[in-house]
Amino acid sequence: MKTTALLLGTALAALAAGAAQAQTSVKVGVMNDRSGLYADLSGEGSVIAARMAVEDFKAAEKGIKVEIVSADHQNKPDVGSTIARQWYDQDGVDAILDVPTSSVALAVNQITKEKNKIHINSGAASSDLTGKACSPNTIHWTYDTYALAQGTGGAMVKAGGDSWFFMTADYAFGHALERDTGAIVTKNGGKVVGAVRTPFPGTDFSSFLLQAQASKAKVIGLANAGGDTINSIKQAGEFGITSAGQKLAGLLVFITDVHALGLQTAQGLVLTEAFYWDNNDGTRAWSERFAKANGGKKPSMVQAGVYSGMLHYLKAIEATKGKDPTAVMAKMKEMPTDDPLFGKGSVRADGRKMHDMYLFEVKKPSESKAPWDYYKQVAVLKADDAFKPLSESECPLVKK
Amino acid sequence: MFELLGIPPQALFGQLLLGLINGSFYAILSLGLAVIFGLLNIINFTHGAQYMMGAFVAWMCLNYLGVNYWAALVLAPVIVGFTGVIIERLFLSRIAHLDHLYGLLLTFGLALIIQGLFRNSYGSSGLPYQIPDALRGGYNLGFMFLPTYRAWVVVASLIVCLATWFMIEKTKLGAYLRAATENATLTQAFGINVPLLVTLTYGFGVALAAFAGVLAAPIYSVNPNMGADLIIVVFAVVVIGGMGSIMGAIVTGFSLGLVEGLTKVFYPEASATVIFIIMVLVLLVKPAGLFGRAA
Amino acid sequence: MADVLPADGSVTHAAADSGTASLHRNVMIGIAIALVIAPFVAYPVFVMKVLCFALFALAFNLLLGYGGLLSFGHAAYFGMASYVCAYAAKHWGFNPEFAILAGTGVAALLGLVFGSLAIRRQGIYFAMITLALAQMVFFFSLQTPRFTGGEDGIQAVPRGKLFGMINLADDRTLYWVVALIFMGGLLAFYRIIHSPFGQVCKAIRDNEPRAISLGYRANQYKLAVFVLSAMLAGLAGSTKAIVFQLASLTDVHWSMSGEVVLMTLVGGLGTIFGPIVGALVIVSMQNFLATLGAWVTVIQGVIFVLCVLLFREGILGVIAKWIKKPL
Repeated sequence: MKTTALLLGTALAALAAGAAQAQTSVKVGVMNDRSGLYADLSGEGSVIAARMAVEDFKAAEKGIKVEIVSADHQNKPDVGSTIARQWYDQDGVDAILDVPTSSVALAVNQITKEKNKIHINSGAASSDLTGKACSPNTIHWTYDTYALAQGTGGAMVKAGGDSWFFMTADYAFGHALERDTGAIVTKNGGKVVGAVRTPFPGTDFSSFLLQAQASKAKVIGLANAGGDTINSIKQAGEFGITSAGQKLAGLLVFITDVHALGLQTAQGLVLTEAFYWDNNDGTRAWSERFAKANGGKKPSMVQAGVYSGMLHYLKAIEATKGKDPTAVMAKMKEMPTDDPLFGKGSVRADGRKMHDMYLFEVKKPSESKAPWDYYKQVAVLKADDAFKPLSESECPLVKK
Repeated sequence: MFELLGIPPQALFGQLLLGLINGSFYAILSLGLAVIFGLLNIINFTHGAQYMMGAFVAWMCLNYLGVNYWAALVLAPVIVGFTGVIIERLFLSRIAHLDHLYGLLLTFGLALIIQGLFRNSYGSSGLPYQIPDALRGGYNLGFMFLPTYRAWVVVASLIVCLATWFMIEKTKLGAYLRAATENATLTQAFGINVPLLVTLTYGFGVALAAFAGVLAAPIYSVNPNMGADLIIVVFAVVVIGGMGSIMGAIVTGFSLGLVEGLTKVFYPEASATVIFIIMVLVLLVKPAGLFGRAA
Repeated sequence: MADVLPADGSVTHAAADSGTASLHRNVMIGIAIALVIAPFVAYPVFVMKVLCFALFALAFNLLLGYGGLLSFGHAAYFGMASYVCAYAAKHWGFNPEFAILAGTGVAALLGLVFGSLAIRRQGIYFAMITLALAQMVFFFSLQTPRFTGGEDGIQAVPRGKLFGMINLADDRTLYWVVALIFMGGLLAFYRIIHSPFGQVCKAIRDNEPRAISLGYRANQYKLAVFVLSAMLAGLAGSTKAIVFQLASLTDVHWSMSGEVVLMTLVGGLGTIFGPIVGALVIVSMQNFLATLGAWVTVIQGVIFVLCVLLFREGILGVIAKWIKKPL
């Protein structure tokens, strides 16, 4: 009964739309953290970004009906996988966007492959998504641990910071960040003099900072995220570690974290991001619109990535005149990407989206002219240098 | 002996000092929890959220009213303590006669509500709060750099803890309080307004949490979840010290800070768990906690 | 702990009442019928989730409602079983039935060790020991990523073939298996609390010195209830690992222990079927509220508060009062 009605409905809609353009309706789920640690850098802002992509693409005029749903995965893989299953099986969702937190992303990645749908990940960091866990159904859009390590680790060593001590959040993701960065540091001629594993999440990092200080390393690498990073940077300032000449390298720091720290505390911090709102006219104009819809907060790179990924997905749907996942995915990998936020780029066979990454330094309070005026650009990493080359890939999809 | 373990004695002193500083947070928080438990027989799971409110109120004072750190140190506990009084009147007084479990669940629910509301208004990544100018900088002790602010934290919390202990154990008001803890009906019969005493005690315990929150604001991230995980640890401190024991809470708070500090040197991964290991051992050997009286 | 259990005495006396017995039989039949209809009207994975948590809540309720012991660390047995089951199925290639048995067995062993430590204390101290022991299990899980996969958990657990024949990859097929496990667990629970053993447990719960004076070794009975409860929790955890093909740190975290308390409270402490209703309510709530973002915690908090202030007997406790029969 239900199917007949649906078929009838579709037929009618097709008739109404005329011969020129068949109506395609897609449902996209934005799944991220809406209540915890990463709610500010993804959360509702990512949903706003996805909606803006639909507007800018003028989807309705092109005969594509887009519905956006959202859910909170609470940074728990079991919650995330339950939502993903229900979305795909029950609610007719065609693609899942965003998904910060690596453990949840890996779970969604797995289910998406099983159900043959599409997952465009912007929020998660794990380079495994295009490495040993890569899937023909997943694109990893914005950044990954490899690129962060390459950016921050490589640049710091070149600038003379050749001995490192890691403060690593004691969970798989922290370990991966430490491993990736350590490898880059060694490759560039630096050395890792020590590391300490801190319970996650933690509040007091002073005793670990003292251990880092005692190591006499030139750079203290913060292989942690969110509140842990904020606390360790705050306390490093307090214990005079930065003023004594040791440099802090934030391996996963977002603009929202810098906002939370304030420039007074965060100044001088070196970090890698894929997007900064004040990069060029295109990013400024878009970010202005975004901030209006998001209570004055400028977009994070994760939110910008959701916009960019959504836009590319819609383009592929237009080009294939349908939403068959295999065809759309092939189109997305074949078409070059182009949008005002990330410029021109491409999607690689392993699902890695290629674009430049930027090394930033956080401004001094005196240098900042306006709210959210936080970064000055130190270096640009070309896409091919930033991301792991295909020749080193562990992904089975890559033919060597 | 220290060298045998690969740790120079200077570094060890530094770590112990830091442990003591962390211990002072545990001490103030567990003191508040113990005071509340002693009189109300309620395990106040909202304590972590109230600690967070203290830090947030300090931030609001600074950003909305231009009130500085020192004034906030008094103002924030008063404001948050007042919300505590409202909570006690509206909710807790209704379940006073019931089992622990209900008080725990109710306060846990309240904590969820408070944290959720703050998250909706201020986001989750936190707010900046600077160390007051007078307490910037630090002393070089030879074996470590001691920030002035941390030294102040230890001093402030010691003063507050000892003042509280004195008030409860040595003053007349404290005597009423202890009497009400022992036998509320009888104390009431002597003409003491026990419900009022209960309300004020809860307000006071909450104010202690808020005080710790203000102390924490310049050095820890001010965010809605800052107290969520802490509460379990502080609760463990109270149990180890002996439920309801004032001195127990203070001494245990400081000493567990020390133990945690040592763990951070020798086995950092376990530093969040060591308190629970101690709790099991203590409960198996001394069922009522280190300073508690056997029931 | 006495007033935790509103309708306690009545359960014991009413068991002999034939009216109550037939009411319970009818409720059981009702549940069985609902289980048969459910996959056709609701999303099977959702129903399976409810069933796993209902089983978990039953296990918790066995200990609290019939042993008088409030555990704050039941996540340890649930989560550990889920890890063992997932590991056995994924890395040792166990059939699902053996993987589930392995998980349940390990949970029972863990229950035996932890139980023998914890039952030496009472009330809030008992609760604290169980919490502390569960925190150690959490720590162990965090520190052994080789076994547990750290915060990624053990993902992509194969559902496998039941008895080497029936492929469980299809949600509907798996559903019937889970429904059978649940029904088995429920019947076992019902049987336990109405057996002579269950009666002695209730006697110890209500008045321990008296039970001891009658010659019962209270501690042995308490330990037995503890182990049974851990085992049932383990069964729930193992089944969950197969259903979601995932075992993660969430399962051993203390908030999971809190969740099961909440389910039991909402459904009705000390009622037989309450935990099932509680699990249904809480799981559906989490499901429907997931889209509301940060408001979820606020709404959850409000429900906690309302439950404690207005519905202390829980949903089934209120209904039981109306019909004047224990449920």
